[in-house]
Amino acid sequence: MVTTSPDKDPVTDAKQHAQRSEPANESANPTNQDPQAPSAKPGGGVPVQATPVGATTGAPAELPPSSVAGRGMFGISGSGDTSGFGGLVRRRIGVGGTERPYGGYFDEVYDALDEAFPGLDEAIEKVIVDRGELTLHIKAERIVEVAKAMRDDESLRFELCSSVSGVDYLGSDERRLHVAYHLTSMTYRRRVRLEVAVGTENPHVPSVCSVYPTADWQERETYDMFGIIFDGHPALTRILMPDDWEGYPQRKDYPLGGVPVEYKGAEIPPPDRRRSYQ
Amino acid sequence: MTNPSYAPERETSEGKVFTVTGGDWDTVVSGTDPVTDERIIVNMGPQHPSTHGVLRLILELEGETVREMRSVVGYLHTGIEKSLEYRNWVQGTTFVTRMDYLSPIFNETAYSLAVEKLLGIEDQITERATTIRVLMMELNRISSHLVWLATTGMELGAISIMLYGFREREYILEIFEMVTGLRMNMAYVRPGGVAQDVPDSAVKKIREFLIMMPKRLKEYEDLLSGQPIWTERTQGVAVLDVTACVALGVTGPVLRSAGLPWDLRKTEPYCGYETYDFDVPTSNDADVWGRYQVRLAEIRESLKIIEQALDRLRPGPIMVADKKIAWPAQLALGVDGLGNSLEHVAKIMGQSMESLIHHFKLVTEGFRVPPGQVYVAIEGPRGELGAHAVSDGGTRPYRVHFREPSFVNLQALPAMAEGGLIADVIAGGASLDPVMGGCDR
Repeated sequence: MVTTSPDKDPVTDAKQHAQRSEPANESANPTNQDPQAPSAKPGGGVPVQATPVGATTGAPAELPPSSVAGRGMFGISGSGDTSGFGGLVRRRIGVGGTERPYGGYFDEVYDALDEAFPGLDEAIEKVIVDRGELTLHIKAERIVEVAKAMRDDESLRFELCSSVSGVDYLGSDERRLHVAYHLTSMTYRRRVRLEVAVGTENPHVPSVCSVYPTADWQERETYDMFGIIFDGHPALTRILMPDDWEGYPQRKDYPLGGVPVEYKGAEIPPPDRRRSYQ
Repeated sequence: MTNPSYAPERETSEGKVFTVTGGDWDTVVSGTDPVTDERIIVNMGPQHPSTHGVLRLILELEGETVREMRSVVGYLHTGIEKSLEYRNWVQGTTFVTRMDYLSPIFNETAYSLAVEKLLGIEDQITERATTIRVLMMELNRISSHLVWLATTGMELGAISIMLYGFREREYILEIFEMVTGLRMNMAYVRPGGVAQDVPDSAVKKIREFLIMMPKRLKEYEDLLSGQPIWTERTQGVAVLDVTACVALGVTGPVLRSAGLPWDLRKTEPYCGYETYDFDVPTSNDADVWGRYQVRLAEIRESLKIIEQALDRLRPGPIMVADKKIAWPAQLALGVDGLGNSLEHVAKIMGQSMESLIHHFKLVTEGFRVPPGQVYVAIEGPRGELGAHAVSDGGTRPYRVHFREPSFVNLQALPAMAEGGLIADVIAGGASLDPVMGGCDR
């Protein structure tokens, strides 16, 4: 794991600087900077006059802030911190992943999976150990086979799929939509996170429903919120939003919505249009 | 016969659709041909007294037997996970507390533990704060189980238990009010500790509760356990064995009623649960009766934990010492709930400009959380309550996802109900104890 301050990272700093030096009124269409980004249809087709400030707050874990909202409204550069307040060291997770030994039971899990699943080397993208949690980044098309090995192998036995959830890493990753599977081994009392990443043009991930039936609703929720299509799912329909809803609300380029509220003569803007300190 | 307030019956490609508004069941029966249409599809909910909130069930019936069942959720979706991303990390507690409104302390604790893990300050959480968290969680577990007992009793026709269950729950809510200022949705557990210290009067009230509750539990058992209707309605109903539970992701009392002693307080301890002396009740019945037994036994175990936690309460700080994280205001409990203490306001407004700046920065901007992602799971009253929190290094959550046991467990309802009687759908659904606020978030 690489641990540096963002200000000492020349590449990062240059990127941040480049983005900060744009005129502020370009906020009308910030996502057009990246042709790969699915900004042609902000909000997945829901008509919005402009990408609202704050709809793309901050940037993902692995790269510096890329959104307009990430700059805040005070024209600051650097951390902007004059109080010593933001003294927390910002850790940067190595994009290349963690090197062995991973520590704890993680090496054991990796070796067991390597043995149980012969094609692991080309199915796995990287391994990240962070904050005492093991994350295996798997190629999307191999997730079902890996999950099956994780469940069935004697020395792995991840019987329970605790959680399936999506994360949208807009602006940091070409394959911005990630799905995180949190597996639990009740036999060995271990937890592992599997993660796959897909782009918005072709957001297809094979469904793990055949391995973990509990993923049924959780995949439906991830589809509903992020538009990730789980191939082979028995009935992939919206679950929390209405059936005829357009767009995928949890994507970072989907506006929060909301109306200004008037209170004692003062108008309070909706949350995504308030001043941002990021 | 036709009421202009309701939609008329109409022909569709799937057959004739009736709007049943009560009292016109004859219309439905006369509209179907008993020879060719043995199966009718009944829509139950989302507003129905015994579907536990806005849950909608679509039942395909053959006589009184349920042949197929689908549940429809989402009627209480409020976009909490999305809204969270526009507030700072501390404000997040006020959102998550509203997810599963019967177990707010658990939501807050899972969230706070996740934020603390992201910050890397798990070791700095004071002993008193952790003990108060355990104390409040176990009180909350009892109040949640009491609501389960009350509503399930009512849904199965036992009205008295509903009144008694809510009466005792009210007592716990009064304790919550004494401690936090609020009965529900307290936002009491915060990243770094808890918002307010437990007053001595609340400790006294909890001690009284510990004396009162075992007697009341006995009363419940006297009311229900030997009662023929209760046993008929629960025994052998909505069976789900361990294999099905694990495959469908069902955890909590439902899994333990099937015989697997899987309780995260024991298997993956957090908040120092490994130092408390308590048992994990299980049952081998795997039916509604077993779940009833397990939940009652869990209330007793929670009482044991509360007693130990009270004995351990030593004076001390309730927030981390790090002033860059700890909420700056010393809150005071007023008649209208929690507010800034006058002392603190006097200090920042009149004496120390640095304190004012500090207060302002922390309240308006919030603290930064190093980038990364964590998943923290705790044992809620309904099962594994997990918080998957992702930070981008900023002052706001990048993404927070809750693994809600209500949501995951509800998937098991068709497996319990199909092939059984329609009345057992109610018993089975109630035994899962779904809270739609948590399910839909």
